[in-house]
Amino acid sequence: MFTNNILSIVTWLPALGAILILALFRKEQNDLIKKFATGWLVLDFVGSLWLLGYDRGLGGMQFLEDHQWIPAIGARYQMGADGVSVLLLVLTTFLGVLAALSSWKYIQKRQKEYYILLLLLQAFVLGVFSSMDLFLFYLFFEVSLVPMYFLIGIWGGENRLYAAIKFFLYTLVGSVVMLLGILKMYFLTQDTALAAKVTQATVDLLAGNAKASAMVATTLQQAAQNGTGNFSILYMQAIGSALPMGTLQVLLFLAFALGFAIKVPMFPFHTWLPDAHVEAPTAGSVVLAGVLLKLGTYGFYRFNLPMFPKASADESYFFSGTNHQFGVRSVMIFLAIVSIIYGALAAMYFVVKKDGDVKKLVAYSSVSSMGIVMLGLFALNPNGINGAVMQMVSHGVYSGALFLLVGIIYERRHTRKVSEFGGLSHVMPGYAAVFLAMAMTAIGLPMLAVFISEFLAMRGAFEANPVWAGWAGLGIILNAGYMLWLYQRMFFGEIDNEKNKLLPDLSVREWAYLLPLVVMSLWIGIYPGPFLRYIEKPVNAVVRQLRPNYPIPGQPATSTPVQIRTQK
Amino acid sequence: MLFLFQTSAISVRDLQLIAPELILTVVACVALVMEVILPYKLSKWTAYFSLTGIGLALISLGAQFVNMGGTFNLRALQSLSAMDGFYGMIRIDGFALVFKAIFLIAAALAIAIAMRFLDIEREQHGEYYALILFATVGMMFLGSGYDLIALYIALELMAVTFYVLVAFTKRQKRSNEAGMKYFLLGAFSSGILIYGMSLLYGVTGSTNLGDIGRGVATITANSPMRPMLLLGMIALAAGLFFKIAAVPFHMWAPDAYEGAPTSVTAFLSTGSKAASFALYARIFFVALAPMQIDWAPLLGIVAAITIVVGNWAAITQENSKRLLAYSSISNAGYLLLGVIANNAYGNIGLVIYLLVYTLMNMGAFGVIISLRRRGIIGDNVDDMTGLAQKAPGMAAMMAVFMLSLGGMPGTGGFIGKWYLLYGLFARADADHKNWYYWLAGWAIINLVVSFFYYLRFIRVMYLGDRVADDQPLTMSPALRTALVAALVGILFVGVYPQPFIVLAQKLFPAQTNSNPVRQPSSIIDESPK
Repeated sequence: MFTNNILSIVTWLPALGAILILALFRKEQNDLIKKFATGWLVLDFVGSLWLLGYDRGLGGMQFLEDHQWIPAIGARYQMGADGVSVLLLVLTTFLGVLAALSSWKYIQKRQKEYYILLLLLQAFVLGVFSSMDLFLFYLFFEVSLVPMYFLIGIWGGENRLYAAIKFFLYTLVGSVVMLLGILKMYFLTQDTALAAKVTQATVDLLAGNAKASAMVATTLQQAAQNGTGNFSILYMQAIGSALPMGTLQVLLFLAFALGFAIKVPMFPFHTWLPDAHVEAPTAGSVVLAGVLLKLGTYGFYRFNLPMFPKASADESYFFSGTNHQFGVRSVMIFLAIVSIIYGALAAMYFVVKKDGDVKKLVAYSSVSSMGIVMLGLFALNPNGINGAVMQMVSHGVYSGALFLLVGIIYERRHTRKVSEFGGLSHVMPGYAAVFLAMAMTAIGLPMLAVFISEFLAMRGAFEANPVWAGWAGLGIILNAGYMLWLYQRMFFGEIDNEKNKLLPDLSVREWAYLLPLVVMSLWIGIYPGPFLRYIEKPVNAVVRQLRPNYPIPGQPATSTPVQIRTQK
Repeated sequence: MLFLFQTSAISVRDLQLIAPELILTVVACVALVMEVILPYKLSKWTAYFSLTGIGLALISLGAQFVNMGGTFNLRALQSLSAMDGFYGMIRIDGFALVFKAIFLIAAALAIAIAMRFLDIEREQHGEYYALILFATVGMMFLGSGYDLIALYIALELMAVTFYVLVAFTKRQKRSNEAGMKYFLLGAFSSGILIYGMSLLYGVTGSTNLGDIGRGVATITANSPMRPMLLLGMIALAAGLFFKIAAVPFHMWAPDAYEGAPTSVTAFLSTGSKAASFALYARIFFVALAPMQIDWAPLLGIVAAITIVVGNWAAITQENSKRLLAYSSISNAGYLLLGVIANNAYGNIGLVIYLLVYTLMNMGAFGVIISLRRRGIIGDNVDDMTGLAQKAPGMAAMMAVFMLSLGGMPGTGGFIGKWYLLYGLFARADADHKNWYYWLAGWAIINLVVSFFYYLRFIRVMYLGDRVADDQPLTMSPALRTALVAALVGILFVGVYPQPFIVLAQKLFPAQTNSNPVRQPSSIIDESPK
């Protein structure tokens, strides 16, 4: 019973907590509310650890749940998770606890509403990662905007109204365009000519195991009974791969891609991110960077790549392709590389700028990081996609930590300007040490999390095209540049600002939420094997789907990750 | 008509067909008398009496549903067969039933949210309730009318009562002005409408919609009658554009909505709109069905313009009633998509969206009504500032209404919009025409714009620390019940729409009547630029 509904439990537990807070506590019981909310999130985290029991040898979609929901359109309440979802789900619950812990002092007004919204946000985001039904996915994907809008808008900084509405509308543009794509995909599931081309082998490959295949079969059967289409993500992926390459596939790809690219955010669509981050409260930033951005990259991994394999793998450059092809892949790679370099340069600008904001810097470094994820994904080989997924996790760890660190200094000084600080290592050694660890993680120092993921992503990119890896390498060097520069300006030298002389070092509560992140970063950096084994099979399946003839090295006995560990 | 009097044979069966309307008419007449008899203090009794009447009408509607072979076990529900009465003047079918139910719900909510409000406006008169009921009777005949004459009389019954209702707070200049404007423009548009009807009659020689449909189908592209037919179609469409407040005939709406007493605005924007759409669907799906290829582009262009004008104009409004007026203009554009689609899915979208739209607009106006207190008009967006701190429950409900108006998944608004777009896609798929896709894309991109102003309400309610005033809201049990009912309805449709979809599907199937479909080869112009 418990194991059969674990995904639903993990997803809806925070929502239940929100209702309990609403019902049980009075507005004034702030202390109780925050302890209850944090405890509840810990409970959710512990529950989500159950997901780590994902059968890595079996692979595919597991923890399946399937219930009738709206038979009239064929939408079902289907939950399921593959290794990638599992990692992201656990990351989400993990960061959720830290976000709640970090808010204890930072949030001083309207605390009851705050924790209710934080819990709701958790629930919706977890729902996105565990939906196996596109209709359900879209519901969670879109609704998750609402609590975030409130978090930025109520507890944000000075310019919060602008940032909140910009965040909401900007991401909404992407999702409504995606809705058109979803509608069209839904129509395609009713297309009998197309359905005839779908082979059982494709479904089996995508589902990964017999149970998941059986779920697709039941869905199809039910849909046929009611004379409707269906929203089964696995079946839509199969349908998409049967779709001939052409304008329709490219347009569908773009409809989905716009929705996700804004969420990621990729280069021309990134402008909402710095505003949202700068204005959001610390916990909001942590969830935003740690989890919400992953909705975008996860979307690319889950939808764009396997659903439109021919468009994703379209090699032609821009508009030069035969048959007027669009060259989707080259556009995505181009934007990814621009994101990497542009993000790094913009971050560097905020070190130099007179009133440069540390939070803005971290926000732009996220743009750069997510660019690497996109590059890895569109390298379209196991290394690249493994690296991309690992980068999602490690970015969640280090950017979450950096936002928490910025939040700590902001709580003490009520400013985030780089120029206000200097020589902090003298007064706050503990803080400086943690910051160093996280800055080094961000740079990609070996033994730390990002090294693994960047290495894999770069290797994948190099395999696809050495030039791409070269450009990305330039971005990574720039990353190192601004991080070191920032660290130097904030922590080294003499204390030149009187106000910084008496700053207290980290408190126990602050250690409590920073240390797990440092440990995580080290763990992923030193021994990434367990993590990679979670994603190996699903990622290989996606690559198979994209390029049926690609030689996946030693599949399945000796896998790529193992090779890397032996290289070290 | 003469023939009707000669035979004077109105059977009992015919009367049964209009039982809900008869009940409402009787109740409305009694309400008028009650107003005279009852002392001012007890005038609320009239309201409760009217609500009871609406309840009875709903029950008799349910009885009709069962009589026609319907069942409340939705799994076993089959499509209903239509029943004609009064020599084909009215037709009771699933379509009529479903729209009548929507009108009755709207009327009940309009009465519930008005009870306390009229006290504060010092206009607590029984006529209000009687007028609402008469308007509802008009709407219900719009739902069941199957003859141009019947439809026109029903439309005028509804419109004339609304002219009075809009000017109901007779001591206020705004209200009088709004009533006057609405009356002049409304009379003008009725003229256009009846001109269109007369042309249709001239071309086909009948006022019965089914006969007209068959007549229209025989007119080929080269027929000398065709220009007249086209003109008639355009005149009909234009008259109806006015009734649903579609651009460019929308000018009356903001003024009428702002000036009218808020509870009337609520009813005007929901009931009257739903009734006009029922009329649209009846005339265009039955009488003009063979001309689908001609009127779809016209409606498409108007819908596209309506959506964008309504949305962009709403952005700058300060008065919340005016803002919602523009929002209702843009919503008319979205609803037109369902008419354009003219297939099973578009019909479901039309029904569900009208139902949800009724609930959410009633809810939103209900919240605005609660802000009307002695000495405070409360109809500016700013008056909601800090509502989340003062009245968290009301603010939360308003937030849900606004998100639903925008079409957030999980609320009924999304399901409605989903089906409207779905219908359009299905039509594009069937006709192999790309402009339907473009229209869908245009509509959905404009959703983002609409969120900008819907979120404004949420912003002032939640995202500030200032509170507009510390006077408590005006609440009454009736208003509270109405708001909670609207909220529950919206969320229910949003989360579990299955029963509503099945009902709409079975009661309002795509029109596959005996009108022979014209061959596409005989069409002159088929796509817009």
